Amino acid sequence: MYQLLYNFTGDVIISTIVVALIPLTIILIYALFAIWLERKVSAHMQDRLGPMRTGWHGWLQTIADMIKMIQKEDTIAAEADKKLFNIAPVLVFTGSFAAYAAIPFSSALIGSEIEVGLFYIVAISSLVVVGILMAGWASNNKYSLLGAMRSAAQIVSYEIPTALVVLTMVMYTGTFSLTKISEMQTPYFWNWNILGGPEFGITKFLLIPFMIVAASIMFISTLAEVNRTPFDIPEAESELVAGYFTEYSGMKWGMFMLAEYANMLAVSAVVSILFFGGYQSPFGYLGNLLNIKWLIPFEQIFWFLLKGLILVFVQMWLRWTLPRLRVDQLMTVCWKYLIPYAVVNLIFVGIISLL
Amino acid sequence: MKSAEEIFEILKNEFGEAIISIEKDLPTEPIISINPFEIKKVCMFLRDNEELKFDSLMVLSGVDDANGEKIKDEDGTEIIKGGTLSVYYHLYSIPFKHKVTLKVSTPRENPQVESVESVWKCADWHEREAYDMFGIIFLNHPDLRRILMPYDWEAGYPLRKDYKNPEFYQGMKVPY
Amino acid sequence: MALKTETMILNMGPQHPSTHGVLRLELELEGELIKNVKPHIGYLHRCFEKHAEAMTYPQVIPYTDRMDYLASMYNNFGYVLAVEKLLGIQVPERVEYIRVIMGELQRIASHLVAIGTYGLDIGAFTPFLYCFRDREKILSLFEMTCGARLLYNYMWIGGLSHDIHPDFVRLTKEFIKSFRPTIDELNYLLSYNKIFIERTANIGVLPLDTAINYGVTGPVLRGSGLAFDLRKNEPYSIYDRFDFDIPVGKGLMGTVGDCWDRYYVRVQEMEQSLRIIEQAIDQIPEGDVQAAIPKRIKPPKGTVYFRVENPRGELGYFIISDGSPNPFRVKVRAPSFVNLEVLGELCKGHLVADVVAILGSIDIVLGEVDR
Repeated sequence: MYQLLYNFTGDVIISTIVVALIPLTIILIYALFAIWLERKVSAHMQDRLGPMRTGWHGWLQTIADMIKMIQKEDTIAAEADKKLFNIAPVLVFTGSFAAYAAIPFSSALIGSEIEVGLFYIVAISSLVVVGILMAGWASNNKYSLLGAMRSAAQIVSYEIPTALVVLTMVMYTGTFSLTKISEMQTPYFWNWNILGGPEFGITKFLLIPFMIVAASIMFISTLAEVNRTPFDIPEAESELVAGYFTEYSGMKWGMFMLAEYANMLAVSAVVSILFFGGYQSPFGYLGNLLNIKWLIPFEQIFWFLLKGLILVFVQMWLRWTLPRLRVDQLMTVCWKYLIPYAVVNLIFVGIISLL
Repeated sequence: MKSAEEIFEILKNEFGEAIISIEKDLPTEPIISINPFEIKKVCMFLRDNEELKFDSLMVLSGVDDANGEKIKDEDGTEIIKGGTLSVYYHLYSIPFKHKVTLKVSTPRENPQVESVESVWKCADWHEREAYDMFGIIFLNHPDLRRILMPYDWEAGYPLRKDYKNPEFYQGMKVPY
Repeated sequence: MALKTETMILNMGPQHPSTHGVLRLELELEGELIKNVKPHIGYLHRCFEKHAEAMTYPQVIPYTDRMDYLASMYNNFGYVLAVEKLLGIQVPERVEYIRVIMGELQRIASHLVAIGTYGLDIGAFTPFLYCFRDREKILSLFEMTCGARLLYNYMWIGGLSHDIHPDFVRLTKEFIKSFRPTIDELNYLLSYNKIFIERTANIGVLPLDTAINYGVTGPVLRGSGLAFDLRKNEPYSIYDRFDFDIPVGKGLMGTVGDCWDRYYVRVQEMEQSLRIIEQAIDQIPEGDVQAAIPKRIKPPKGTVYFRVENPRGELGYFIISDGSPNPFRVKVRAPSFVNLEVLGELCKGHLVADVVAILGSIDIVLGEVDR
């Protein structure tokens, strides 16, 4: 993408800025859509209607909320640490947004083609922890501090099963680059990694159960990384009021919310790339059928967003169905169940892929 | 199931003159009057005795009997001098299903009753409320302080019949 | 030399999303473990007992509504029965039946709030809305009868304020038919959910002799294993004509007397209330609901203590009369006031997140605690 723009404009700076702005606009539009979707999904699951008056079935509600939030007073508690307080939401949003640089939206649209895309994503998401700790500490509030400590412990612990599953997939596919992993899973769904991968043979069928286990482990641990129920202890409304962002109001709070939704799409995108084929369509391309080659990247964007949104919908569905786990139970699930399963899975996939 | 008169007889045999009297001609239930400083021993006996086994205190309420003489104070309001404050205990036995009502009376000027908190832990907050509302001091209570009114309410005990609202509390005007 | 450590005092202050009202809990924490809990109450004290001494007996009834605002019918019921016992009057059969039906409908509505908000505290957002959807049906039945949705002033001394609407019987039967599957749905969604069980089983275990010594009553006592219900042990009104069971905590998912038991007792009590309503709704005799209301209410000198089974426990009214139209002293034994004392005992050794679970299972209403 960058190459295209560079050839078009001939200027490094302009092409960099445009390349950086495209995912940003996609995320912002997606975040508006996702907040509306969450409200409608939760409403219909709870036997009510949700926003209905602002626009058709309330789709302008998020915009109305944004306008309201922007014009709110920006309160900072007197004893709070002002510098850290202001930087914290920026850090959290940056950590979530920077992960989009390495995610391929289609075979032609990717922020930056780096060879170690997966490694970069796992690393940059840890920036969010620093932001959360800063938010909790700088609020000068016992509740926020408790929430921030719990959140830091949770995110750091759940990075380990995520990393183990990523390691499994890297070991199986042999590459870190997300574009290559998507290309390897050809546009036919029986070749996707969840169903054993592109090479046909006995290993493909042996791998299926382990791939399914790996996908579930990854889904659960990424759910914990974005602080969604059943792991939303840091934002637990009924215990800590709002956890680490209790003291934030107005646009800073808006940035935390945006960061949360951006993070949700980012991890759904990674899961779908690793296991479900990324931007590949499950049935082959219309462009191939009708011989219109330039249609293919657009179809890929459509499939990519569809898969991401389906996984985001599953995350929302879980939020409104399950109660939340207590903090020590959360840690038990991670250290005593997910990590051993992930390690055993890794060993098995390794053995099978040697066959 | 024992009736109140039988329980009165048992208590009279056990404790003698700590048990003062029994009023029998009331419409609903007879009431046994007891000396305020012996109430804890009596209640311990009532709880542990094999035939009585009163293991549950239903309610403990303070009452202002308003049976002193009403005299007019300097600013024209009525205050009551003399008379008694009473505490009523309603006990129930889960194994035997019988009930009894006890009453203690203390003088209004220096109301002191022994606490039964060590017999039934339920009495803890009930006695704090009786202290808060009437000013009855419960001896040997582990933590006697106000419970419903603010902790620094200086203006008296609200449920007494001659209670007047103060003018100001911490700078705020009290009568609305 | 030992390391000097200090415990942290955390205030779950008067304004908090899950303390069910204005209750201040002072937690003494060591990390996340609780060493001590001190409840501070009195934020909602509205001097009910002092007001009652200044008004006549019928004028006290709207004030009794406002104590436990989630079960107003039962507050009225208890007061009215106490005064009727003191006066010695007998109400018509129709009044008795309607009172029982209203009381049991109120019990279901109150338990729905308790269960819904308990799920909300634990983090399950959806059962709360399902419970409130069904509670709306009950509240519209009440609105049809006496015009109010929450604070009714319906039961008067010697009768009722309004007779029931002609459609009431038919609509109640429809409600019964639609509510039974909802209890199953609630069980499936919340009670047998593994995460919910992990959060509530073996938490806040209340042994039976501690419970009796602290004087707790209601679902809290029944959850600890004792089948004690005033509707069966000391039947008042016409409860002895109906056939229903007393659900008791059996320790199905953990130990006897933990939070899950208390919660499950409430779910089962809703089922039993449905049975009572089913039996009563077919047998309502004809009559005039205001026939036995006396013109002047001047009870004889004396005292009465009468207790009824509120959805939260034993609600008792101790009324002293001195022969005048105003009561001399009205003391209310509120179940939540007594049940709240046991919170300090139950929370020792648990984590902060468990305080919310235990408080929700005791099910207090601050209007009753503070009066």
